[in-house]
Amino acid sequence: MPSTNDKLVIAGREFDSRLMVGTGKYADFQQMVRAIEVSGAQIITVAVRRVNISDRSKESLLDHIDQKKYTLLPNTAGCYTADDAIRTCRLAREAGLSDFVKLEVLGDEKTLFPNNEELLKAAKVLIAEGFTVLPYTSDDPIICKRLEDMGCAAVMPLGAPIGSGLGIRNPYNIQIILETIKVPVIVDAGVGTASDAAIAMELGCDGVLMNTAIAGAQDPVAMAEAMNLAVRAGRLAYRAGRIPRKLYASASSPLAGLIA
Amino acid sequence: MNITTNGEAVSIDPLTVQQYLVSLGIDPRRVAVELNLDILPKAQYETTLLKEGDALEIVHFVGGGALRG
Repeated sequence: MPSTNDKLVIAGREFDSRLMVGTGKYADFQQMVRAIEVSGAQIITVAVRRVNISDRSKESLLDHIDQKKYTLLPNTAGCYTADDAIRTCRLAREAGLSDFVKLEVLGDEKTLFPNNEELLKAAKVLIAEGFTVLPYTSDDPIICKRLEDMGCAAVMPLGAPIGSGLGIRNPYNIQIILETIKVPVIVDAGVGTASDAAIAMELGCDGVLMNTAIAGAQDPVAMAEAMNLAVRAGRLAYRAGRIPRKLYASASSPLAGLIA
Repeated sequence: MNITTNGEAVSIDPLTVQQYLVSLGIDPRRVAVELNLDILPKAQYETTLLKEGDALEIVHFVGGGALRG
């Protein structure tokens, strides 16, 4: 298997799985745990929120996640300014005792597209404070390059709007990003079904991050398995090297020895 | 005395941050605390006494991913 020595390396840490999954939107913790397990993911994203001080009856997410098995990637989802995102990352580091953060600074509620100006501001501060920053950004090669040059540990361009399930809307931009960027390129957001994840990997992306595509499927556990296979299949196909696209046929059977 | 916790005005007896978290039924290992906008390192929970007018943010991890939590 060509995949055995094919590790994903982020900031010096090695991972066997190239699929990263979120922990939101599941029916219950049991379903979430099962889906994550079947997905094979080793990096899972979590959000940082206020504790409900008047109702402490609810179980905590961390009661259900084996932190020895999974690397938690706290996100700054819901932050619209650099200051809020920075504050959230500092709290996340204190809560999780790890400096890995998925940095996202959103532009507006309708598209959830990134506000790249605020993103760059936040990334600069966080990198100076020693965070390992994985930024969610537009599929914009120039912004991705700037994020890499600043010292981000990976870049995470969107495939399509968060939760939209539209797949990789601009594979050509992703290709340009892949040509330009040396740190891992992880498609974050937009995946709808297994083929979308496979396409991202076939393009040569280093990984895919998703939440809604799995948690929102009618059978999240089955979709988690499909995504696991799709990411592996796409990666293998990328490494195997596909045939060039041609307009006309080329026969696969020998022409010599034809009876007529 | 009066403090603000997660945006809510609350009235409490003088307590350390550690005692206050425990009184709320919160496992201090599972949260992060911001006191008047500065991160309070866990090592200081036991020695930090809450004062009148303090503003606390107590956060934890919840399910979230490539979507708004």
